[in-house]
Amino acid sequence: MSTKAPLDSLLARHGKDPSGLIEILRDVQAALGSIPPEAVAKIAARLGLSRVDVEGVATFYHFFTARPAGTYAVYLNKNVVAEMKGRAEVARAFEKAAGCRFGETTADGLIGLHETSCIGMNDQEPSALINGVVFTRLTPARVRELVAGMKAGKETGKLVKKTGDGANQSRLVRAMVDNNIRKPGPVILAPFKSGAAVRKAVTWTPEDVVAEIKRSNLLGRGGAGFPTGLKWEFCGREACPPRYVVANADEGEPGTFKDRVILTELPHLLFEGMTIAGYAIGAREGILYLRAEYAYLKPRLEKVLADLRAQKLLGKAIAGKKGFAFDITIKLGAGAYVCGEESALLESAEGKRGAPRPRPPFPVQNGYLGLPTTVNNVETLCAAARILERGAGWFKTLGTPKSAGTKLLSVSGDCRKPGVYEVEFGLTINRLLEMAGGRDAQAVQVGGPSGTCVARGQFERRIGFEDLPTGGSIIVIGPQRDLFDVVRNFMDFFIEESCGWCTACRVGNTLLRQKFEKITSGKGTRQDLKEIEAWGKTIKAMSRCGLGQTSPNPILTTLLNFREKYEARVDATRDYVSTFDLEAAVRDAAAVTGQTLAEARHE
Amino acid sequence: MSKPIVATASLAGCFGCHMSILDIDERILTLIDLVEFNKSPIDDIKTFSKTCDIGLIEGGCCNSENVENLRDFRKHCKILISVGECAIMGGLPALRNGIPVKDCFAEAYLNGPTVDPAGGIIPNDPELPIILDRVYPLHEIVKIDAFLPGCPPSAELIWKALTALIEGKPLELTYDLVKFD
Repeated sequence: MSTKAPLDSLLARHGKDPSGLIEILRDVQAALGSIPPEAVAKIAARLGLSRVDVEGVATFYHFFTARPAGTYAVYLNKNVVAEMKGRAEVARAFEKAAGCRFGETTADGLIGLHETSCIGMNDQEPSALINGVVFTRLTPARVRELVAGMKAGKETGKLVKKTGDGANQSRLVRAMVDNNIRKPGPVILAPFKSGAAVRKAVTWTPEDVVAEIKRSNLLGRGGAGFPTGLKWEFCGREACPPRYVVANADEGEPGTFKDRVILTELPHLLFEGMTIAGYAIGAREGILYLRAEYAYLKPRLEKVLADLRAQKLLGKAIAGKKGFAFDITIKLGAGAYVCGEESALLESAEGKRGAPRPRPPFPVQNGYLGLPTTVNNVETLCAAARILERGAGWFKTLGTPKSAGTKLLSVSGDCRKPGVYEVEFGLTINRLLEMAGGRDAQAVQVGGPSGTCVARGQFERRIGFEDLPTGGSIIVIGPQRDLFDVVRNFMDFFIEESCGWCTACRVGNTLLRQKFEKITSGKGTRQDLKEIEAWGKTIKAMSRCGLGQTSPNPILTTLLNFREKYEARVDATRDYVSTFDLEAAVRDAAAVTGQTLAEARHE
Repeated sequence: MSKPIVATASLAGCFGCHMSILDIDERILTLIDLVEFNKSPIDDIKTFSKTCDIGLIEGGCCNSENVENLRDFRKHCKILISVGECAIMGGLPALRNGIPVKDCFAEAYLNGPTVDPAGGIIPNDPELPIILDRVYPLHEIVKIDAFLPGCPPSAELIWKALTALIEGKPLELTYDLVKFD
């Protein structure tokens, strides 16, 4: 077997710990272009797992493929903003230039065309990952150029013509990604002297650090808004060290890209926040779980970690504090939205399928490797570092009573200035649209597909936990768009990304999507509208994790805020419409048997 | 008042739901006093002879004859009820959904382990019902008025539903009737 030698030497580079399975599979995929059955068998034998265990993981993540993904594996983003920005023409250009369709690899195995969910580049769509290298603002002409480069055998990195701003230009990143920081703010996108927060924290007791974070009213920035101080307190209280700090850098909610900017420009602030969390809960190890789409940032992140170690801000006796040791490792995902859910993330960090765990027990009790773990959003940890540096009192002067501080918003879609805005909580949608240049919007999707679709008449509503919570995704939907296209794209996203554990989510979302099609194609009735609402509620109630619990939101929130659009499509005079077509339904069988309906009816 | 008229049929089902009807045991005698059966395997009447008040259908639709039969029921029954998992969702027969009919035929009649090694043939008699591209739940084909869940729905559930209908009371399925484990 031709793959034998490289496979053996590649496996020899890894340990035999099953928690390293995803790293091994990533390496195999990169080296062989796929994860063939013989690789699965060898990995299973080496790690002491069953073949099915390994296959289960290899088939869970979408950057792992059983068939060759292509010497150049192109993953074109298919989210709704990419669609708005001309994705369809770009996709056609790829197919024409490469000579194969999406979902296929060229006959010579050179180019594979694949679709992928949001890659965190909504402010510069259409975008694609080619062998992990980011290509933004694609046009048909640029695609033809890229494909020509691939056919000429150029190294993928060499196809990047111009790098973006800031640290995207760094030798270790060299990405054509732009930061698009449109509005700096006082907390995150502000000047910060590396070490300032950690040096101050270690002069306090861990209990005082937790108390300060509690006093600040800092709520989790991933969207769910759990009080950070409380989470740290619960975790620190658990009796059995070691404990873990995990930074959730799996921002997969379509439309969010603010963590990308933090990871590019402020990794030291994030690592400082993790270190402070480690000090507060009594952890010695931290893990940065980095989504596969951001793997291009890993070399630089490793360098920043090395620098922090050299400055005694990581490692032993941090900032001169005897007995305080803490270090951080980076674990990469392999493409799965559900891994942004904290318990799924932990499963994935342990080298397993990213299926959410039943809770309780919560990660603070039973987290990474079953040990007490605090999982915090990247932005939350950055804010925690700044709170330690500047004080809870200062932090609370920002924002609103129930939503202290600022929020990074990733604004994209039909607006003139897409990018990252750091705003105080309490900002109205109107004000945000003014800043971003999208005042003619018909709707704004706040919080990504799992959030709320806000109608034009409600633009005085405010960003914050009191009204419109968001992990940061803001998608502006212009007057020229068909809102149903947006809903359809979001539903397809959830169907694709459901981990499949809960039947309500796995099956229910597909049924919802079918019902939605029935209604939008004009074949729906009032009864269908009632059912779609009832089914949506069932899916929410019967799903284990946040994905299923929010997956009907694209339909439910548009039904709530744009009911007239749905009403206009249903026939109010009829209480039942069948979509069944007998002639069409018997066509396949009749083609094989030569039967006809007339004869079958004995006519 | 004349007795309500009931019709029943099993389409792509296993007759398990009909067995469950029989599981009402000696209450079948009460039922016969309460209702008159028309087209049904219970009395072996093969065609509708009058309009019925209640139609009970077990099984989904897997072939053209099921569809004709179902439409006939809809035409003749004032209230049409999906009885059991197969009628409501397609059930076990729907496991073939997603597999092309051609492949199902090949597996069942040409390549399967029970096929005569001398060679099989895909049934193609013109008078046979034609297999549908997938198994359909009843409500996708005609309007269904009520659904009785279960595989099969318990005798108790069927009894309560029928008596409620006959007495013109609202159909309420209490938790104990729809709890299956």
